[in-house]
Amino acid sequence: MVHERVMEKLAILADAAKYDVSCSSSAGQNKRKNQNKGLGDTGNGICHAYTEDGRCVSLLKILLTNHCIFDCAYCVSRKSNDIKRAAFTVQEVVDLTIGFYRRNYIEGLFLSSGIFDNPDYTMERLVRIAKKLRLEENFNGYIHLKAIPGASDELIKEAGMYADRLSVNVEMPTEKSLKLLAPEKNHADVIKPMEYLKNEIVGHKEEKKLNFKAPLFAPAGQSTQMIIGATQENDLEILGMANYFYEQMNMRRVYYSGYVPISYDNRLPAIGTPVPMIRENRLYQADWLIRFYGFNVNEIVGFDQPNLDLDIDPKLGWALRNLHQFPVDINSADLELILRIPGIGVTSAKKIVSARKFKRLQPEDLKKLGIAYNRSKFFLAFSSPFYLQKDLTSIQIKEQILNIQNSKYQNNFSNQLSLFQ
Amino acid sequence: MTLLIYDGTFEGWLTAVFEIYEYKFEDVIFAKDENSNALFFLKTHFVETDNAKANRVLKGLKKNLSPSGITNMYHAFFSELPQIEESLFRFATYVFSSSKNIEGDLSNNAVLNIQKAAHLTGKESHRMKAFVRFKLTKDNLYYAIVEPDCNVLPLIQKHFKNRYADQKWLIYDTKRKYGIYYDLENVSTVELTFDSNPSSSKFLAEISDEDEEFFQNLWRNYFKSVNIESRKNTKLHVQHMPKRYWKNLTEKIPNLKK
Repeated sequence: MVHERVMEKLAILADAAKYDVSCSSSAGQNKRKNQNKGLGDTGNGICHAYTEDGRCVSLLKILLTNHCIFDCAYCVSRKSNDIKRAAFTVQEVVDLTIGFYRRNYIEGLFLSSGIFDNPDYTMERLVRIAKKLRLEENFNGYIHLKAIPGASDELIKEAGMYADRLSVNVEMPTEKSLKLLAPEKNHADVIKPMEYLKNEIVGHKEEKKLNFKAPLFAPAGQSTQMIIGATQENDLEILGMANYFYEQMNMRRVYYSGYVPISYDNRLPAIGTPVPMIRENRLYQADWLIRFYGFNVNEIVGFDQPNLDLDIDPKLGWALRNLHQFPVDINSADLELILRIPGIGVTSAKKIVSARKFKRLQPEDLKKLGIAYNRSKFFLAFSSPFYLQKDLTSIQIKEQILNIQNSKYQNNFSNQLSLFQ
Repeated sequence: MTLLIYDGTFEGWLTAVFEIYEYKFEDVIFAKDENSNALFFLKTHFVETDNAKANRVLKGLKKNLSPSGITNMYHAFFSELPQIEESLFRFATYVFSSSKNIEGDLSNNAVLNIQKAAHLTGKESHRMKAFVRFKLTKDNLYYAIVEPDCNVLPLIQKHFKNRYADQKWLIYDTKRKYGIYYDLENVSTVELTFDSNPSSSKFLAEISDEDEEFFQNLWRNYFKSVNIESRKNTKLHVQHMPKRYWKNLTEKIPNLKK
């Protein structure tokens, strides 16, 4: 490799890829094992470093090139943007991946690209890199490739044979805002490869069940991301879209990317507008409630309250709107109900269920187990004679909880949302 | 009160447990070497590690513990927390005195302490899987220096062996002065003496492969390029990457040249 040029390319093409927020590198059930004394295996995914903004670095996340024929307003690599352009060769990406992986810097490669020439030409390059890593370098680490909208089914299928995960970004939560910011694109172009991938993934899974020697196909599934805070969608629309992807597309993850202002385009929030980090955080919390806590999306947002509360998390928000479900007796309630108590997470809920087999749990036991008792106490019932149940209104509870908690986001509380209200 | 001096291995500790019952010791304290405060105790007992005794204790524990319960004990042992041997002994006593599995009894202090210690070691061994930074030498050896709070090398060797099956590597714990070395076949424990400071720049320049510095600088540049300045969150950064690890993290060390 020509050292200086590669150094410069890496700076340009890593910088351009950093707004893609997917970072997962976990293989899921079908692990790619290192069975042939080769290099690497894909297990549970490890975050090897954390940037100064606190996001994890688990993959070498780069663009193959930032040359692009499209002009999407939200994207740094858009055609009309006056920036330095660069392109890696296939061999350079392979060498970088292997060199970084051998030094234990990364779990694998996340490869995206600007669209140069046409979608098939771009996709073909991405596939060639993955193929070379697998077949020539004997590499079993994680590979996440972008499925380029408009690329042929055959190429996307080939990508799935070598990649652990494929993703197509929906970019904007609604068709309307996509039309506004990326007039050349439409949702149908994105949904088509997603649907194709869904069917292929399901098909290969079935085949794998019958024949364990059947080849892997994108064993870590597919993901997508939406930019939030660039346009005017409310959280109901955003989570509704996410829910559609989870239910209809078997999506493994939906990522929410708080818009970082990068252009003077008057369709977008001005440069200097804070990144809506707290809203992004609330959306992720809501997403977890849907995926791991058994909540239905309509319990979290609805037509009467289309946006998530910014000052409290969505689970507390739900509990305050549903005080009639409380107090819950943790010594007898089902796991599903315990999971709905603010301040008790999945691990804590399981600890409670296991510890209560040995004795009736009292408040001091909960503190010992590391449960946020100060938050959860408003929603708990103990059958001890010493426990005093006060009838507080939801406003009183919220005030008391806000008093004891110091939001980690207080310093960078975003006002971006208020622009649109 | 009896002072039990053992060799510091898990098998040694298991042997000690056997002998506590064998000799009916009451009120025991564990020590790893004979130079400890032996003089302050009336009774001192030297434990010679004995695999037969250790296995009998292990078998007894397995009767009432799940495999993950045994793993937790093993992990807790490697936490090297103060008085961890005594905590483990209290836990073992509770296991032996009960007719059913007590792992889930987390409101019990003996159980909770072991779980917490195991969690601590588990967390650090996970971090060591992440924060090992290999450097390539002229002799094609990938080596890394670590300094974990818990003794995690025994817990991470399998991970590295699976992952880097086709390269020779060494991970050296400067705090405990031993390392694990993989020779393309097996992993063995090694003790090393360095002629000079292993992290000095002169030493590194002498032994490194010619592309090593290039890759380190690439990684540092990459690390800088992926940061989004307008999202800066130092607290979160430090929470995930505690400062105590920084001196062995390539991306946290300034460029050697320039």
